Amino acid sequence: MRESSAVAIAEKLKGRFGEGTYSRRARVILEHRRIAFRQGHWIVVLSGFVEPVLYLLSFGYGVGKLVGKIQVTPGHWVTYAQFIAPALLATSAMNGAIYDSTWNIFFRLKYDGTYKAMLATSLGPLDVALGEIGWALLRGLIYAVGFTAIVFPLGIMKGWYGLLAIPAAVVIAFGFASIGMLYTTFAKSIAQMDWVNVIMLPLFLFSGSLYPLSIYPQWLRVIIEALPLWHGIQIVRSLSLGIIQWSLLWHFAYFVAMIAIGLTLTTRRLRVLFMR
Amino acid sequence: MSANDLSRKGSLTLIDVPKILRWGSIYIAQARIRSMLKWKWSIIGESFATPMFYLLSIGIGIGKFVNSHQAAGVDGVKYLTFLAPALLAAACIQGAVGDATFPVLEGFKWQKGFFAMNATPISGKQIANGVLLAAMSRAAFGCVIYYAALYTFGALHGLHTLWLIPVTLFAATSFAVLMMGVCAAIKNDDLFLNMVQRFLIVPLFLFSGTFYSLASMPKFLQIIGWASPLWHATEVGRWISYGHHVSATALVIHFSYMTIMAIIGFTFAHHHFTKRLAK
Amino acid sequence: MSAADSQATPEALILAKGLRKEYGDFTAVDGIDFRVNRSESFGFLGPNGAGKSTTMRIIAATLTRTSGEITILGKDPEISGPEIRAHLGVVPQQDNLDNALTVEDNLYVYGRYFGLSKKFIRNKIEELLAFAQLEEKRSVKVEALSGGMKRRLTIARALVSEPEILMLDEPTTGLDPQARHILWDRLFRLKEQGVTLLITTHYMDEAEQLCDRLMVMDKGKIMAEDSPAGLIKKYSTKEVLEVRFGADRNAQYADQLRGMCERIEVLPDRVLMYSHDCEALLHEVVSKGMHPTTSLVRRSSLEDVFLRLTGRSLVE
Repeated sequence: MRESSAVAIAEKLKGRFGEGTYSRRARVILEHRRIAFRQGHWIVVLSGFVEPVLYLLSFGYGVGKLVGKIQVTPGHWVTYAQFIAPALLATSAMNGAIYDSTWNIFFRLKYDGTYKAMLATSLGPLDVALGEIGWALLRGLIYAVGFTAIVFPLGIMKGWYGLLAIPAAVVIAFGFASIGMLYTTFAKSIAQMDWVNVIMLPLFLFSGSLYPLSIYPQWLRVIIEALPLWHGIQIVRSLSLGIIQWSLLWHFAYFVAMIAIGLTLTTRRLRVLFMR
Repeated sequence: MSANDLSRKGSLTLIDVPKILRWGSIYIAQARIRSMLKWKWSIIGESFATPMFYLLSIGIGIGKFVNSHQAAGVDGVKYLTFLAPALLAAACIQGAVGDATFPVLEGFKWQKGFFAMNATPISGKQIANGVLLAAMSRAAFGCVIYYAALYTFGALHGLHTLWLIPVTLFAATSFAVLMMGVCAAIKNDDLFLNMVQRFLIVPLFLFSGTFYSLASMPKFLQIIGWASPLWHATEVGRWISYGHHVSATALVIHFSYMTIMAIIGFTFAHHHFTKRLAK
Repeated sequence: MSAADSQATPEALILAKGLRKEYGDFTAVDGIDFRVNRSESFGFLGPNGAGKSTTMRIIAATLTRTSGEITILGKDPEISGPEIRAHLGVVPQQDNLDNALTVEDNLYVYGRYFGLSKKFIRNKIEELLAFAQLEEKRSVKVEALSGGMKRRLTIARALVSEPEILMLDEPTTGLDPQARHILWDRLFRLKEQGVTLLITTHYMDEAEQLCDRLMVMDKGKIMAEDSPAGLIKKYSTKEVLEVRFGADRNAQYADQLRGMCERIEVLPDRVLMYSHDCEALLHEVVSKGMHPTTSLVRRSSLEDVFLRLTGRSLVE
């Protein structure tokens, strides 16, 4: 019988970790996104993937002629395109994840009442959070694969390690999406959401994406090295250029922490918002 | 009579229609600016911050690498000097297009404020002119601030560079009014602004010889620059700023291109504003 | 003074002849004639899609007609759009206030569109806020207002220029009963002050409350035109008996009931019987051995008129 299957799920989960928070059905949210998506938004995905390619073409080729080669580690020189391509990949992972986890979610949270409806079913807040973030990741993955497919054959990535940049981009997207969604659950007005856009541009421009941090004064480097995009760029750049060092672990740890904090607090926050 | 009753002279004595036919565009612009002023701090912040980010990151940051690698400079000058007219034009054009397009979608579709305006003696043409005027006022404000910043950073030298401001604003007006007309003409606008941003504004920004001379690009990419009002404004701007070589013929072409775009833009915008209001 | 009191030929503010509007194959307004007099409260009554709003927009000089003639204040809207709009106060079906501005600023900005002086508007705003009972909300952003308040503000906005004609398109659709009554009271005051009102509605109670004269429209055509009382007198009986026998049996009894009164209408859920003495009619029904589960005697309304004219219910 129909009702009993829902009851059965509830019974099975009773007393288990995450009861009332997670019903292990985050994929339902993904499906919801996929259905909504089919109705003609493919061009949004395409456009997100085109932007870094255009930047690479413009800066890598044009500015590259002006700046020559860049030194990444002592004695290790790379072309300008090789230098910025990983940064563009990391940045587009951030942009896509942030857009999906902030603006899109803000409207569903505030105006559409989508979550209210979802949480009135057997879905829990962690299902919603994971589902939405999962969608952001899927998109991030598509961007990363598309970008790599263009860049890799051009020899801009060095060696097969470069392909690891794809999963790395997904981890970066995961980190940003978790924090982005957390911010969104606290945002009250569109003006507050606007801050997200305000922050993204300088984050991109100053996180060592277009040139090494070495030209900055020490105090500025300290600040930038504390910010997430710099870590993201370091990960993708190292993998893409085949520079495998222990420091990669530290950069990854940064993202693992972002994900853990973002997810935990978002879940808690959704519970406060909808399940009081 | 209760206290709630309204005094009444009647519209026939109150309203001066010829005056509205003359000044209607100004009324609309005033109203738009009034709405904008609600966001004055964000506007001032954004007019200042975004261009500064580019100036510092690309002008100074990348400039350091460029200058050390190009002993003779770019186009014979320091990278920041080369970049300044382009940055100014890019910021101004982007800002103007944003301010001239967003309110159009809002006015026709989201809030339908244009229909309220059109219920008064004001015409569609006046609404278009008013919205553009407000957008360009804000663009002018941003342009002056950015000019001052560039001057302070030593990217511009001499008072003759003040000519950059009107030239830049002219280029911005011609493109903004065209985009405004397009916004009035399109039906399915859910994703339109996003698409404009990504497939039009960003490519124009990237391929208009903004960060390097257009001639260093492969031919097929140069075409984007030729079509772009940003490139024409940048060429003229570099000529004004540091005497970048532009032939007299080329100057005529640059100005003609911007003028023709403006004429087409106004015609198109006026036509579609009137048409859409009467639907 | 209302139009009914004056014996001299009243001044026509709007005159239409053979007015027609087509959208491709669809005819929204199908060659209608009408006349609206000064200080009159004139209503267009009809279901959604009857052509009321289209007619209103042609009068408001914001929509071009396909053919026919129309003058507003003696002018042709196609030639003198701005001159006509200068003397109209328009309340559209959907509020199009500026949500980002305050109540006061909305009135101010709109007044400026009419080229009114700042001083005049400032004074007028005080009056309008009192009239619309929004004095306490003057500095509140529009997006924070209730539906009823927004509606009152839209009406106040339309009055800022002291228009000759106030046009209201479905003024109370979507409002709760209390908000509707406040609004009707405000409109009634305007009517008493001699403002010419033009109202479209699909609510018969609203039409009865507010309109001196009504034009019943359906599918772009005029079905009838008169005062509310006149329409009822012409197209219906004094009273109506509503009887219910349960969904299956209403139709079954219809034949028997038909012979007992002037006219009946069989609706899915009840049967309407039209007669001048419905108490007696009910006795007769019962005496013939038919026992309705519920019965109700009421006065005829515009709903009955509409049913008679079109064979359909007004609100579906």
